Amino acid sequence: MALTLDEVRAIAHLARLQLTAEEEKRFASQLSDVLDYAARLGEVDTSQIPPTASVLPMNAPLRPDEVRPCPPRDQLLANAPDREGGMFRVPRVLELEP
Amino acid sequence: MAELTDLTLLEAASALRSGEASSAELTRACLDRIQSIDGQVRAFLTVTDDLAIEQAKAADEQLRDDNAESLPLVHGIPIAIKDVLCVEGVPTTAGSRILEGFRPPYSATSVSRLVRAGAVILGKANTDEFAMGSSTENSAYGVSHNPWNLDRVPGGSSGGPAAAVAARMCYAALGTDTGGSVRQPAAFCGVSGLKTSYGRVSRYGLIAYGSSLDTVGGLARNVGDLAPIFSAMAGHDPLDSTSIPDPAPEINLNGDGVDKLRIGVPKEYFIDGLQPEVETAVRAAIEVFREMGATIQEISLPHTDLALPVYYVIAPAEASANLARYDGVRYGPRKGPGEYPEDYFVTRGELFGTEVKRRIMLGTYALSAGYYDAYYGQAQKVRTLIKGDFEAAFEDVDLIACPVTPTTAFGIGAHGDDPLSMYLEDVFTLPANLAGIPGLSFPVGFDSDGLPIGMQFMAPHLGEAQLFSAAHAYQAAASWHTRWPDL
Repeated sequence: MALTLDEVRAIAHLARLQLTAEEEKRFASQLSDVLDYAARLGEVDTSQIPPTASVLPMNAPLRPDEVRPCPPRDQLLANAPDREGGMFRVPRVLELEP
Repeated sequence: MAELTDLTLLEAASALRSGEASSAELTRACLDRIQSIDGQVRAFLTVTDDLAIEQAKAADEQLRDDNAESLPLVHGIPIAIKDVLCVEGVPTTAGSRILEGFRPPYSATSVSRLVRAGAVILGKANTDEFAMGSSTENSAYGVSHNPWNLDRVPGGSSGGPAAAVAARMCYAALGTDTGGSVRQPAAFCGVSGLKTSYGRVSRYGLIAYGSSLDTVGGLARNVGDLAPIFSAMAGHDPLDSTSIPDPAPEINLNGDGVDKLRIGVPKEYFIDGLQPEVETAVRAAIEVFREMGATIQEISLPHTDLALPVYYVIAPAEASANLARYDGVRYGPRKGPGEYPEDYFVTRGELFGTEVKRRIMLGTYALSAGYYDAYYGQAQKVRTLIKGDFEAAFEDVDLIACPVTPTTAFGIGAHGDDPLSMYLEDVFTLPANLAGIPGLSFPVGFDSDGLPIGMQFMAPHLGEAQLFSAAHAYQAAASWHTRWPDL
């Protein structure tokens, strides 16, 4: 199968990736190659086969829901590109009523 | 005494105990060697001189104060850490510009356990961006070079750790293996590399790529040197919900039981495209086990050819979810006009490299409405068949022996811009990750260009002790692991 440029743009939008025109073109052909290769999976009869999501023979363990210490706020904010008043600062997401 | 950097880890550990060398001297020797040759190899992204010397001095004090025999074998030993593992306060980039300047507020459990055992951290070693690659050519900070031939790749994604060990800039290194990323570079660089069982070593503090496949492992100059690294890291960690409850197993290197081993040789791993010299060397190594009394039998893993397409659906799908967190808000640089949501698109578009974007795109597609069942759902079912192949095989054999890579180290730039041809490099290593089983890669010869050839053993889930025992018995009989590149 060949992905169209529009399909590539739709996937890039879902993935929040800005691509250059050159990347869109290149990815259209390269992703098509990989998907063609993966298409052979469809030829396997798996009607009686359960999926493997984890190789471990155990369920996710539970722990008591207890308050525990965590690193100080300043330390967790230290890597942020923009911060203010002990918070991550981001561009405006919601429009406020005047 | 020979140059300190010529010692193996176990020799260095014994020199520390006899007083022939101090940790500060070992550390200084490694830092000097990094200074003198890493300009050519480019194995390290960050060298932590001050931290290393501070840790070495503390290790020396403990050696003086405590009963040295009771200290772990890694105590005072300088090691390198692949740059996808967090080290508190030390730049950790995952080979990506999207994490440029990131200093983690905590260390990975694998790292903190080594540090608690007294190991000395020399620095962060190069990796393909987010561990996606087989050559380090996908690192945003430049390619590492194979110490055996600087025009060749060291393999990947743990290419920096493998090159650092092979060039004797450190005694061992921590790496990670999601589809072969410890074993393949170990083979290309002529060192020994362990991929642990899924769940054996905590993934806490490992920058996630494919969460159902990611494992933390180690690289060293020989199998005996790997054992104390493994023992220090393995065991339950409540901070990783996929960490198994079992304690680290006892590793026995006395060669017992090798004569009773049943070794399976899967016919599907000896394919067209396998470099003849690789096949010859691997088959010769298997003969060494026959001479030691092991039983060798041909086996079949019938779904082997499906491992590659399964992996390249599942790993990108998991990666697309894991890499959604890089949004330029909490860490890393932010790019764009300062508007929502444009900043997300620009930050991710500009700061992720090509291969990472390609895999995010693939994974996003495989998980998207209308395609999920055909790709991701189907890949998970075929994964069950691949895992089942191994379960069936391990009813008849204790270990599986096969090549690590179809060829020896390829040239820098050899795969150009052809991702599918690069993916084929992983054909012999991916199945172990899909099945969650451990694998150990070790050198079994050299090709006519003087490049190392690797063989791997695979064992049942949690069968690391068996891998160590068999591979160490081989190294007691062979000497490939004692050869060094001329650097």
